Amino acid sequence: MKLTAPLIYGFIASILLVSAPHTEHLPIWVSTICVALLGWRGYLAYSGTPLPSRWLLLLITIAGVAAIGIGFHSLFGREVGVTLLILLASLKLLELKAVRDATVLIYLSCFIIITNFFYSQSIPTALFMLLSLVVILATWVNLQTGSLALKPRLRIAGLLLLQAIPLSLILFVLFPRIQGPLWGMPQDAYAKSGLSDTMSPGSMSKLSLSDEVAFRATFSGTAPMRAQMYWRGPVLWDFDGTTWKRGQNATLQKPMLSDVGTPVDYTVTLEPHNKLWLFALDMPSNISVAADMAPDFQLLSRTPVNARLRYNARSQLSYRANLSEPPQQMKRALDLPRGYNPKALQLAAEWRAKNVSDEAIANTALRYFNQNNFSYTLEPPLLGTHSVDDFLFTTKQGFCEHYASSFVFLMRAAGVPARVVTGYQGGEYNELGGYYILRQADAHAWTEVWLKDRGWVRVDPTAAISPARIQSGLSAALPDNAALPFMARNPPQWMRELRLNWDALANQWNQWVLGYNPERQFALLTRLGMEEITWQKMVMNMAAGMSLLVGIFTLILLRRLVVRQSDPVQAAWLKVCKKLSKAGLVRAPHEGPEDFTVRVIVARPQLAEPMKDIATRYTNLRYAGADDESALRAFKDAAKSFKL
Amino acid sequence: MNPSLQNVITQTEQVILGKPRQIRLALTCLLARGHLLIEDLPGVGKTTLAHVLAKTLGLQFQRIQFTSDMLPADILGVSVYQRESGDFKFHAGPIFAQMILADEVNRATPKTQSALLEAMEEQQVTSEGETRPLPAPFFVIATQNPTNQIGTFPLPESQLDRFLMRIELGYPDAQAERGLLSGVDRRDIVAQLTPQMTTAELMALQQQARQVFVSPALLDYVQAILRHTRESARYVHGLSPRAGLSLLAAARAWALLDGRNAVIPEDIQAVLPGVASHRLQSVQDTQASDGDKLARELIEAVAIP
Repeated sequence: MKLTAPLIYGFIASILLVSAPHTEHLPIWVSTICVALLGWRGYLAYSGTPLPSRWLLLLITIAGVAAIGIGFHSLFGREVGVTLLILLASLKLLELKAVRDATVLIYLSCFIIITNFFYSQSIPTALFMLLSLVVILATWVNLQTGSLALKPRLRIAGLLLLQAIPLSLILFVLFPRIQGPLWGMPQDAYAKSGLSDTMSPGSMSKLSLSDEVAFRATFSGTAPMRAQMYWRGPVLWDFDGTTWKRGQNATLQKPMLSDVGTPVDYTVTLEPHNKLWLFALDMPSNISVAADMAPDFQLLSRTPVNARLRYNARSQLSYRANLSEPPQQMKRALDLPRGYNPKALQLAAEWRAKNVSDEAIANTALRYFNQNNFSYTLEPPLLGTHSVDDFLFTTKQGFCEHYASSFVFLMRAAGVPARVVTGYQGGEYNELGGYYILRQADAHAWTEVWLKDRGWVRVDPTAAISPARIQSGLSAALPDNAALPFMARNPPQWMRELRLNWDALANQWNQWVLGYNPERQFALLTRLGMEEITWQKMVMNMAAGMSLLVGIFTLILLRRLVVRQSDPVQAAWLKVCKKLSKAGLVRAPHEGPEDFTVRVIVARPQLAEPMKDIATRYTNLRYAGADDESALRAFKDAAKSFKL
Repeated sequence: MNPSLQNVITQTEQVILGKPRQIRLALTCLLARGHLLIEDLPGVGKTTLAHVLAKTLGLQFQRIQFTSDMLPADILGVSVYQRESGDFKFHAGPIFAQMILADEVNRATPKTQSALLEAMEEQQVTSEGETRPLPAPFFVIATQNPTNQIGTFPLPESQLDRFLMRIELGYPDAQAERGLLSGVDRRDIVAQLTPQMTTAELMALQQQARQVFVSPALLDYVQAILRHTRESARYVHGLSPRAGLSLLAAARAWALLDGRNAVIPEDIQAVLPGVASHRLQSVQDTQASDGDKLARELIEAVAIP
């Protein structure tokens, strides 16, 4: 087996392909060096120059590893590991001498494929890796077969992959799963944008510039109205003049819902955000995963959500929430920073004097927003120290966080317990997949006020200024030229459909491939009719399935061989050849009957008579077109009775 | 075998010593109505072989020595003005013969070469607007010096394709050479040769060669060979369908020479080096003389189905 130039090119292409996605997070100098090394190797193969000396390679290797060690301050960990792998793979190609080295490189390339999934597990990545695998396999076929043109080589590689599909399907479905993500390491931090547990002017509007998916939700019955779709996230209590924070709940009292109506059930597939909170419709009553409900109805997971999480939840759309709150919590819901926003305090005091009930005060505030030329915009002017005053009396332009913040401030100043709730509102319905997509752009802030006998009541001041935001989404509420993300604007219908179809596909991929966890596996196997599922049973089924498939493949291959010999003339001739081969007279595949006969007779003169007879009959039947039953029978008999 | 064919072979072998295989291949080429290219060093008996064949088969013989200053008209003929009658009369060139020996064809310029090769392909000559058929049978034996010698214009691949076969004579073995050195002058022997066959007989044999039976199993084999040359990365180009047809025609003639009326794989293998060696080019080295080795490798690489 020779390591020819085309083989080397195949290796270069394989390494380039599998490392290409890594360039995004590799240090630029490593990528440059690797490309240079590969280019150098390509040139050597092209010009037929001998490989560089062992000492030079050793020097480059040591220098490269040392530079990586210094650059990363470590030689352990995922990033460093991947970087080292790619550098060493490129170097290995420069000392490719034996077939063994080539085989090692094939395995190495396959291993680098796996490392790509640490960074991305999307469908495009998977498809790209599949393509890389075809190239690697084609290179491998080249290594095994020697001279074969590119096209048949690619065909064999494709065929190999096709045969692997059913095998990997069995492995995928039946291999016992462990809890946790399919790929990735437990400490993987997804540095994605998302809701945080603080809110200051500008934080929401910044978020609405991203069309990244926050989560997807499927309703098991009819979906509620859009205006009721408030997906509850962090509840914010503490205000320091600019920023709202969650603070510490001053009670351990369990949240209570009373006077509930018909509940809605739904499933949420939450993208990892590395925080604790889970999203559920106002107000959640049940959830299928290990989570706690804080006294302010906020769902908190026990571990940060660092992998895609799927859960079922149940919510009550009409409710009375926490009809009684302990005094400490009430105190928190009225607390205001001292020395800020004097004008707003004064306005609230006026309202308090005019109205008796808390409810009337809240309505007065909403009316105030509605009738005083407030406007809803993504790009509000900057606010000073007295942010609420500035907003209420000077700028009068704001996004949801401005309205929520100033509304709660006014309520508290007027002595009405209130708090800010952040989360997502609305969402986009994907008809194809039958689910709602909630993007970061759907992030929203609203408020809750506590009214006697009614508990916490949701008030959305944004709705008072811009009902369209709540009824039909962000794009309807903002002028067209706003710097909105693509999907939150109104793209052409076909583009929207394309994006939604793609999202539906990605959702299926998430649900069934990446999210195929023990529960899913259990559900699927039960649906397939398996009872009392244990891992032993799964392994046994797996082994049985694999053996069955391998058996089928073998049968197909054997069948092909049998078809080749289905010609009775050829079969009888091969029988004679087999008998002779046992005596050490092996017919070469390219040896014709006459040549072989001559050789046999030279080696075994006593066989001259029967051998000549058989060869003549054979050539007559096979090549001279003697299509005659009796001749065939005579030839078969002669072949049968042929003895050494 | 046809007795007169046997006589032809016997008589030729008496003059050309120690080259039975090459003689058979030359006859095969003739029976398959193809043209023959002999490539070898000067003095190994290329001309003598052509001469002997012509004499033995009773064909009109013309020898054209190619030189670098030769023009197409020197081969095809030219019209000359007749003072007596006042018109032009065509003087047929040397190509109007049944057997042509085109000696050292690669010494002529491409223009002249192509005049010959076109006549070979068309079996007719068009000169000064008039088309004149060439005699039948029409058989060209072209000889060629190895192309790396000085003052040669190597034939391009497309023109090499016009030749059914290319063979090399090579040096004779010791015994044959001794016979050559100690025997009578070859020219005297050639002068005394008598035809062993009539033209009609030869043309009947050519017709017979076409009707040699080819079985589906053998076609499988031929196709396997063609496929291999196309799929293997060893060759610059695979063999063309025309090369496949040539291979079959030559194998049929070879079988006829062997006294069989069906082609067997050994026939294919016997003619394959002659038919394929000038049509195949290795990817690695481009030396023309490597063709034979390539063809032998090809035979060994393809299993008989």
